[in-house]
Amino acid sequence: MRRYIVQRLLQGVFLVLIVTTIVFFLGRLTGNPADMVLPEDASEEDRQEMIETLGLDGPVHTQFFIFMGNALQGDLGLSIRYRQPAAEVFFSRLPNTMKIVPATMIVALVLAIPLGILSALRRGSVTDRFSGAIAVLGIATPNFWLGILLIYLFSVQLGWLPSARMGGFTHYILPTITLGTFLVAGFMRLIRSSMLEILDSEFVKLARIKGLSEFKVIWKHCLRNALIPVLSLWGVFMGGLVTGAIVTETVFAWPGVGRLTYEAVIFRDFPLLQAVIIMDAILILFINLLVDILYAYVDPRIRYT
Amino acid sequence: MTGETVLEVRDLHTHFFLRRGVVQAVDGVSFSLRRGEVLGLVGESGCGKSVTALSLLRLLPKDAARTVRGEVVLDGENLLDKSDREMRQIRGQKIAMILQDPQTSLNPVFTIGDQLQEAVARQNGAGRGSVMQRVVDVLRRVKLAAPEQRIRQYPHQLSGGMKQRVVGAIAISCEPQVMIADEPTTALDVTIQLQYLQLLKELQASTDMAMLFITHDFGVVAKMCDRVAVMYAGRIVESGPVREVFDNPAHPYTQALIASVPKMRQEVGLLHTIEGQPPALSDLPEGCRFAPRCEFAEARCQAAYPDTFHAGEEHSASCWRLADD
Repeated sequence: MRRYIVQRLLQGVFLVLIVTTIVFFLGRLTGNPADMVLPEDASEEDRQEMIETLGLDGPVHTQFFIFMGNALQGDLGLSIRYRQPAAEVFFSRLPNTMKIVPATMIVALVLAIPLGILSALRRGSVTDRFSGAIAVLGIATPNFWLGILLIYLFSVQLGWLPSARMGGFTHYILPTITLGTFLVAGFMRLIRSSMLEILDSEFVKLARIKGLSEFKVIWKHCLRNALIPVLSLWGVFMGGLVTGAIVTETVFAWPGVGRLTYEAVIFRDFPLLQAVIIMDAILILFINLLVDILYAYVDPRIRYT
Repeated sequence: MTGETVLEVRDLHTHFFLRRGVVQAVDGVSFSLRRGEVLGLVGESGCGKSVTALSLLRLLPKDAARTVRGEVVLDGENLLDKSDREMRQIRGQKIAMILQDPQTSLNPVFTIGDQLQEAVARQNGAGRGSVMQRVVDVLRRVKLAAPEQRIRQYPHQLSGGMKQRVVGAIAISCEPQVMIADEPTTALDVTIQLQYLQLLKELQASTDMAMLFITHDFGVVAKMCDRVAVMYAGRIVESGPVREVFDNPAHPYTQALIASVPKMRQEVGLLHTIEGQPPALSDLPEGCRFAPRCEFAEARCQAAYPDTFHAGEEHSASCWRLADD
């Protein structure tokens, strides 16, 4: 297992290098960053000065090697807007995102697992059809629209919940619902389909032949097996949540990395954008590694091969 | 060697209610099992053998299948009248079952010890230490090598034969009165089949339990069973002591089945085959269900299902030809 983890980490380093390279050259494709930063009426001297400050003089490949060299030492450049190291800005925002992601994940799983199991056990029932309809709605509703709708209803019209910024418990409710709807829908459908498959299997029949209670058959014998495919989806969703809360964080003015990404784009803060994308890539790699380790824990067939 | 009747099945009807119609999978099956006896239930795929077995345990999918008529009497009580809770007490305690495919009948994510412990622990609550001891003991009884190590292993680390021994251990762990073995060797390697059959026979003989042995293999019947019941299209067409049925098959279907078994000491060109297909269980003919494939079929066979006639000592068959004797 340890060897496997080390191997995966080495692969990860290689992948991050590739991502960094792509990010660097994509940035250059959009033209000279200095032009994007400067106001339109800037003079040619100002422009040359900006090019030098940003280290954009010299051929592209020299720039690339300097950038890589610095990146390897943990220096991802200075944010133009914040006038701070871009990596530092990222890490100052990360905890805020990390507050909302676990909350969303827990709520989503707590809702999705029982609902998925229930729909599988009562296939074709009203419960099943109702949760199926909810799932379709959840997957089809865009985040930004749902967020705005919730704010309009609960903050503007009813005045029950705060519409933006971080704060106490009530501040978490609307962003969690906005982020979580898609997750609940996805998890629920996956659990339903994997439960249906497992309920039909021979080992469930044998568990019943042993005379085990239905509770034990479902929650022990079925669930552990049904969770194996859920884990892969969990990894995908988790990566999506950490990096992709861009829309939700923007709608709710939540000062996390998602909103930071949005700001970096809007303010043309290209060193910050590069840093955010590279850090996101590293985060996703770690989440995937975590999923693979959890896999081995849940499924012994993987642990012993 | 055979004793009093343990299990009596009377006129069992189990039907599947599907959108496209009613499938009469088991349509009036009756048999009895005596202590210390092995009854073979033989027939081709889809004739209702497994559905019969699962009906006894009441383990068919509730939304589709229903036992509409009949009685399953164990210890003088009709199992079809029991509540779900009472039924759970009977499963694994009084009636155990071995499934066909050992590759899929154990849960891949739990250890052997854990899965066996669930069966063992249901028998009189005892301390955890002694439960594990009993798990090891029961694995020893099915002659699984190194049981202390096996209990910590997962199913994928065992071979098919070893897994089927574990399934056997689960079945005998509560010392059931009735054991149902549903084609327990079909999925095993030929070399292991014989060993496993011998093991089952030994376990059955030493505990004096009654066994319902489901198979499609007449060779296995000869090795394992005391009596045999031949099933065709949801009904038992012939039953009797194994030797008697083998030497003197009374029903044309049994005759044809026995003729299709290859014999070691005989030169044969082509094996005997039975022409045609069994009837669809959702659209059964009025008369004898074997008549469309039977070489002796007459008008009366199409008109009405034959009564059951005596064909020898404890030997009976449902065929109109026996009415003439």
